[in-house]
Amino acid sequence: MPDADYRIYALAGVALFAIGFYSMLVQAHLLRRIMALNVMGSGVFLVYIALGAQTPGPIPDPVPHAMVLTGIVVSVCATGLALALVDRVQAAASEAEPGDDA
Amino acid sequence: MTSAWAMAWLILSPLVGAALAFAFPRLGRWLALGTAGVVGLAVVRLMRLVFAGGVQTHRVSGWGAPLGIELRADGLSVLMLIVTALIGVAIALYSQRYFVSGHDDDALHRERYFWPLFLFLWTALNALYLSADIFNLYVTLEMLGFAAVTLVALAGTRAALTAALRYVFVSLSASLFYLLGVGLVYGQCGTVDLPSLAAQARPGPALWVALALMTGGLVAKAALFPLHGWLPPAHANAPAPVSALLSALVVKAPFYILLRLWFEAFPALMTPAVAQVFGALGAAAILWGSVHALFQPRLKLVIAYSTVAQLGYLFLLFPLAAAQEGGFMAWSGGLMLLGAHACAKTAMFLTAGNILHAAGHDRIEDLDGITHILPVSVFAFGLAGMSLIGLPPSSGFAGKWLLLNAALAQGQWWWVAVMLLGSLLAAAYIVRMLAHAFTRVDEPKTPNPIPPVMEGTALALALLAVVLGFASPWAAELLRVGAPVVGPIVMGGSVP
Amino acid sequence: MTSRVLVGVLSLALLAALGWAVLSLPLRPTGLTAASLAKLSESGVTNPVTAVLLNYRGYDTLLEVGVLLLAIVAVWSLRRGEWPASHLHDRPLVMSLLRVVLPVLVLAAGYLLWIGAFAPGGAFQGGALLGGAIVLVMLGGLARRVLAFDRLLRAGLVLGVIVFAAVCAVTMLLTGGLLQFPANTGGTWIMVIESAALVSIGLTLGLLYFGGRPNAHHA
Repeated sequence: MPDADYRIYALAGVALFAIGFYSMLVQAHLLRRIMALNVMGSGVFLVYIALGAQTPGPIPDPVPHAMVLTGIVVSVCATGLALALVDRVQAAASEAEPGDDA
Repeated sequence: MTSAWAMAWLILSPLVGAALAFAFPRLGRWLALGTAGVVGLAVVRLMRLVFAGGVQTHRVSGWGAPLGIELRADGLSVLMLIVTALIGVAIALYSQRYFVSGHDDDALHRERYFWPLFLFLWTALNALYLSADIFNLYVTLEMLGFAAVTLVALAGTRAALTAALRYVFVSLSASLFYLLGVGLVYGQCGTVDLPSLAAQARPGPALWVALALMTGGLVAKAALFPLHGWLPPAHANAPAPVSALLSALVVKAPFYILLRLWFEAFPALMTPAVAQVFGALGAAAILWGSVHALFQPRLKLVIAYSTVAQLGYLFLLFPLAAAQEGGFMAWSGGLMLLGAHACAKTAMFLTAGNILHAAGHDRIEDLDGITHILPVSVFAFGLAGMSLIGLPPSSGFAGKWLLLNAALAQGQWWWVAVMLLGSLLAAAYIVRMLAHAFTRVDEPKTPNPIPPVMEGTALALALLAVVLGFASPWAAELLRVGAPVVGPIVMGGSVP
Repeated sequence: MTSRVLVGVLSLALLAALGWAVLSLPLRPTGLTAASLAKLSESGVTNPVTAVLLNYRGYDTLLEVGVLLLAIVAVWSLRRGEWPASHLHDRPLVMSLLRVVLPVLVLAAGYLLWIGAFAPGGAFQGGALLGGAIVLVMLGGLARRVLAFDRLLRAGLVLGVIVFAAVCAVTMLLTGGLLQFPANTGGTWIMVIESAALVSIGLTLGLLYFGGRPNAHHA
């Protein structure tokens, strides 16, 4: 798309990334940390889409779009895995386990 | 078989094996053995092709870069694939018996899920080492990370689950940093293909930040000081074959990607200052890791901290290979050290697994007289220790010798001091364990029986670690194919 | 408290560096739009994004389907899933609506799959709808017994990877190149891959919501 400037979206994306990063490190609640990871991911995807829009041409650049699709799928998988792991850890923490290693 | 077929077999056979191992859980162990065999053959074939014909490339789907993805096999890729295959075969054999030793439902569960996860890990590694596309590398990194985290959690203990949780957060956020870096590179250069980037990338703020992001993520995944905190608990609490896979293979993959990025894609950005920073972090890792290994009560923690230290040696490759004099010596030395460490560390973790099986614990203080129960395993540990310390003729010695020579040739004598200190400390923590193993015990303890294949694979790998020192000239010739650094190797002692 | 401040400062520095990087990117990046459009006629589809996903960068998609399978294997290895606590089955109006909506969703998923060749759509998009339909099924408490068919579930989950790998093998025998479709057959191969992937993606997403392995069995 000629002449338009989409960098504002890329800036929004990096802002999301930084906010997500801060939250992931600082939040105590595990679920919120996973959500923070998702926010970081969304920020990255927004940067990709903005780059795709910025490229001159009759249509946006399809390669970043395809990359984002891949990224979203990977992100969903990651979230599912992290959630299952969090649940296991919390279940293990609430039951007494003999012979725990440090 | 052309190189395209070899590469396709390397990637598709573990992937299909993993899917089938999930669909038919009872066939898991056979699928793993079969896949190990196929991958082994394909690796040998690819190695022959690379030796004979130089760098092998394949344009997947028929489209070349920058629109499509290219697979590439040069000396470095093939070396990594060989190391991965060696360890993979050993683990496939060891794990045939490791999980079946318990007969309860939990043990069966662990065994049933180990095989598909192990094969996914292998797929990810093979795909990673063959890829010449930095976005494709992201997908392989994620597959690797998911498999590794889940394998750690497979142990089921509270310690393992907590360690896995920490690992998953590090891994996922690191991947996102890497992915953002890839995006910035694409925005700057319009391509994500490594050779194309090498041709056209010019230093600029966007590339600096992109490379910093990617490096940050990869350094966290490779557990380089100071982002190493997640490694010791994860490697120590995972099941023994998983610990071996993690220390020997999984943490080496991000290091490999760093080499590709800094030496091939963006060499102009590797200023001496950057190289020295890598070296400094590596030195810190060597010292910090070795000192901590000395004071750990549990054997698996000693081995895990030792991994942190040994990874530091690898990062010394940056300041040493980037220089003019002796660059290739350092390059091949560092990579031989990588292979040596993989064999030695696997042998050590498998030994620790045997000891855990036999004695029921791995507290070093209480391992008196273990030699009488597991002589083969302790011998393997000793041999592996030889390679780790860097005693001739082991491959660990060959790698360190080359690095030392390179450092001396360039006048960077401070790395020499660090390496020597690291070897001394390694000797200390190895001897500490062996000292306890060899003490006399008045009342022999009754051990649990160990299947011979478990001790056998540990010994085989330890022997490899020691004997492969003789293969160093061959390895150097392999690494020369497509290497980004050139130069002679002076093995004989005198420095030009 | 001080650690929060430190992390905050670090995050702000990160933000500043990233903003600076974004603003120094070229205003008119080169990108691959032109290259994608130029080769579109040979790709077998007319939607550029689908062409990138299933043809130009189909290898990424192969690995991605692998990652999907890995995720469900991982989640199954970690815990047992459970039915969502829901009282939807006490509300007959919602249940009637579900009985209408679910077939429409499945149809829409198939439609998205088909239209992906020439408009936005494809296996992943259709798979997401299918996954949503499965989540609704679970919320409505319908088809509880389906989860007992362990073999069938596993077959459906691995279908995407197996078919994709089979296509790789066959096309490689035909053309000698990995994922290289013989001339003018690209569209057909892509549809084969996407159809199998649709099933697997939908099942995977729905079962990820279920959160773990279904049976009382360990494996």
